[in-house]
Amino acid sequence: MNTISEVKSAIAAKKASAREIAADYYKRIAGKNGELNAYLTLCEERAYRQADRVDAMVAAGKPLPALAGVPIAVKDVISTRGVRTTCSSKILSNYVPPYDATAVCRLEAAGAVVLGKTNCDEFAMGSSNENSAYGPVQNPAAPGCVPGGSSGGSAAVVAADLAVASLGTDTGGSIRQPGSFCGIPAMMGSYGRVSRYGLIAFASSLDRIGPFAHSVSDVATILKTMAGRDPNDSTSTTAPVEDYNASLDKSVKGLRVGIPKEYFGEGMDTGVREKIAAGIELLRKLGCDVRDIQLPHTDYAIATYYIIATAEASSNLARYDGVRFGPRVDGDSLISMYRKTRGAGFGAEVKRRIVLGTYVLSAGYYDAYYLKGQKVRALIAQDFKNAFAQVDVIAAPTSPVPPFKLGERVNDPLQMYLADIYTVTTSLAGLPGLSVPCGQIGGKLPVGLQIIGPAFGEAKVLQLGHAFEQAGGAAL
Amino acid sequence: MKISQEDVLRVAELAYLDLSEAELETYRAQIDEILEYIGKLNELDTSKVEPMAQVLAETQAADATLREDLVVPCAVADEVLQHAPDPEPPYFRVPKVIER
Repeated sequence: MNTISEVKSAIAAKKASAREIAADYYKRIAGKNGELNAYLTLCEERAYRQADRVDAMVAAGKPLPALAGVPIAVKDVISTRGVRTTCSSKILSNYVPPYDATAVCRLEAAGAVVLGKTNCDEFAMGSSNENSAYGPVQNPAAPGCVPGGSSGGSAAVVAADLAVASLGTDTGGSIRQPGSFCGIPAMMGSYGRVSRYGLIAFASSLDRIGPFAHSVSDVATILKTMAGRDPNDSTSTTAPVEDYNASLDKSVKGLRVGIPKEYFGEGMDTGVREKIAAGIELLRKLGCDVRDIQLPHTDYAIATYYIIATAEASSNLARYDGVRFGPRVDGDSLISMYRKTRGAGFGAEVKRRIVLGTYVLSAGYYDAYYLKGQKVRALIAQDFKNAFAQVDVIAAPTSPVPPFKLGERVNDPLQMYLADIYTVTTSLAGLPGLSVPCGQIGGKLPVGLQIIGPAFGEAKVLQLGHAFEQAGGAAL
Repeated sequence: MKISQEDVLRVAELAYLDLSEAELETYRAQIDEILEYIGKLNELDTSKVEPMAQVLAETQAADATLREDLVVPCAVADEVLQHAPDPEPPYFRVPKVIER
């Protein structure tokens, strides 16, 4: 029982209560989490309270909402009232938010049962989940390998059947890449599609909340439930939310799919290349009109991303000062208290990004770095606009490399950054992106096909992802 | 070399971030390499490009106009102070700011 419809029908048919299902998941978590380290905090009380509410609805014969009794997990950068939220950082080791993120509220209002909070890279900064202050996460689909990052815990709990679905956040690939590494569908909607209220900020012009699940259909359901205008986030848009599930089964015959040649450059693993080629062949078999396109500024995306993301991070993370939350390290003055608290509380990757971000924003360097980055960001966004004048969606690899061994890349930050090449572009342009399983190298290492749409083109992206999945994409 | 230890120290001061000697040199070397890489943006002539300061197009922006400035109840002070490092309700206590 690992999809929304299976859970819902079991509850509706009174084969299992929401409480029994939650208890069953907690039992499995107790058995597996010690090894995986994917959950950081469990919230049984909150989960059972919610499960009982669902069971009361069943008993009263009321109609059940879309996610009635569905056990989910939430990345630990998303606020949950009364449930510890650490951002996988020591600096928030004891932080308990006084409010819920809008995304969580909406899922709970639809009947979802939040089981707990998942491990991730500290403040969502990383591509392997190895930057967590609470230790790395194992990849359940590829033992000994990283689950990807930064939402590694959220991907791992779904892949290991410790949740039906989960929420992650994506700033430069942090949903799509772990989805690809753990062999499950994972999606980031357009910038502005899901409210960021209650998402603890890393880079505000890039951060997005999105789902992991066992099927594209479940991804569509979760995304749709969270999406839509929220007065608490002025960047959430009023653009109408389509019923993504309703169009999933439409034929993809004739759909124009662009393949960007820049996404098959040097540094791409040969195993990934073969699987993606097989994936594109499958798209042709499905009747898609597959065409070559160009996204000429792709090669500049990593440089642009690491200017903009670190600049925004250096500003957003200024709030961790030992005054309002988290542990404090005493100093003999206010400033020395700030410096010591931050020096002791942040991990290496976060400090590196704060220093880099402060540098690119500092007097004398702003124009050369930050302003230049914003201009190149405009060029990258324009590349996509030009491409979407010719095609409906774009298909590309999610990551140039398959899951790598734990510890293999931790000492070279630039090499780690470069592996984000196929995901940061979409983040910078604000577009939706879905990673859908596209076979396994040697039957062991999962590969993900990324489907990218124009702004607010989620329906087409999901439609193609669903067709690809139904046609056996995962078994290529 | 793009960035010196003095630069890193100056930036750490701006960011109120204590760094050890070892961290200072590690970050200097790593950030130097990253800045060297970022230098590739100078291959592009952007003199006629408008910077992308926000993601949503005007037609998609939700807040074309400012919202009304309404007072709404927000009684979370107790909850907020409960987990503060050094609370003295209804305040946060900090080390002395002004020396006499």
